[in-house]
Amino acid sequence: MSMETAVFAVFALLALGSSLVVVAHKSPIYSTLSLVLTLFSVAVLFVLLGAPFIATLQLLIYAGAILVLFLFVIMLLNVGRQEGIPGGHRAQLVTAILGALAFAAALWLLLLPTLGTGNHAPLTEELVSLSGLAQELFAEYLLPFEIVGLLLLVAVIGATVVARRPTPEELAGGGGGSGSPLSVSALDDLEAADSTAASWAADADRAGGHARPASFPGGTGAGATSGGVAARTAAPGARP
Amino acid sequence: MSGIHLVNESMSVPVSWYLMLSVALFAIGTAGALTRRNGISIFLSIEVMLNAANLALVAYSRQLDQRTGQILVFFVLAVAAAEAAVGLALFIAVYRQRRTIDINRINLMRH
Repeated sequence: MSMETAVFAVFALLALGSSLVVVAHKSPIYSTLSLVLTLFSVAVLFVLLGAPFIATLQLLIYAGAILVLFLFVIMLLNVGRQEGIPGGHRAQLVTAILGALAFAAALWLLLLPTLGTGNHAPLTEELVSLSGLAQELFAEYLLPFEIVGLLLLVAVIGATVVARRPTPEELAGGGGGSGSPLSVSALDDLEAADSTAASWAADADRAGGHARPASFPGGTGAGATSGGVAARTAAPGARP
Repeated sequence: MSGIHLVNESMSVPVSWYLMLSVALFAIGTAGALTRRNGISIFLSIEVMLNAANLALVAYSRQLDQRTGQILVFFVLAVAAAEAAVGLALFIAVYRQRRTIDINRINLMRH
């Protein structure tokens, strides 16, 4: 067994095992840390395939930036061990696994003919070289490159708008966030304006009760200004 | 696994093995995305699927001896970063409203 085969075997098994931990572990934090291991193993396989630059990107961007963002959000929201795969959904679990296996088989049958009997050239200097990659990226694929930059800009602005807290002006004026550009922000404004009513609505909804605005405690208990807000907040929980 | 010899013996690890690993990783990610309840865990499963796709792209780049696959991986990485940023921001906004990111309880649009 050559060195390359040994490295492939070790890191392929590592990638498979750690990705199983990613999807099966109860705690999202352990899933994230296990995903770091998966990404590292796949980066090693990228190097074996003659793509060291992609492997570097994978470690820097994925493991270094995106997963840190995931960890940050998990710890910010403190969703540690909120859920596992509940025992009551055994049928769903079996169905999902069977579906995934069938999908894998179909995908493999689809990919198999594309390989052909392929004469497999040894790794060329040209494929590995970074300057060749840069020339192709910035000459032939310049427009997609710029569009990706625009996409990242839009994503940053969108994430900021969606996740921000409403400003005091929006809470005071704007009629409970009607001037807000996004419905999520509008809901957020409502909650900030009358957090008790919102949490009552959420509790009623969570308990499976069909909260009606008429029987909603916030409708009578809350003040004159927040009464309307409470009724509107209860509306998402009410079923038609 | 050793029954498949699609490429000649000039290379010790055939590209088909990488593709097989990619398919397996993608299936694992699919199963995770279908079974998990926690929104962030679903996101992590989707990252596994994206990475499996990247592995397939690089494997084909090796097979065809062309760089286009690697450039596609570059774009996929950028899109994954944008998706993670917006998705996690959405989860923060939903959590602020509902105090949960359990997808069985986020049913505002179901009814």
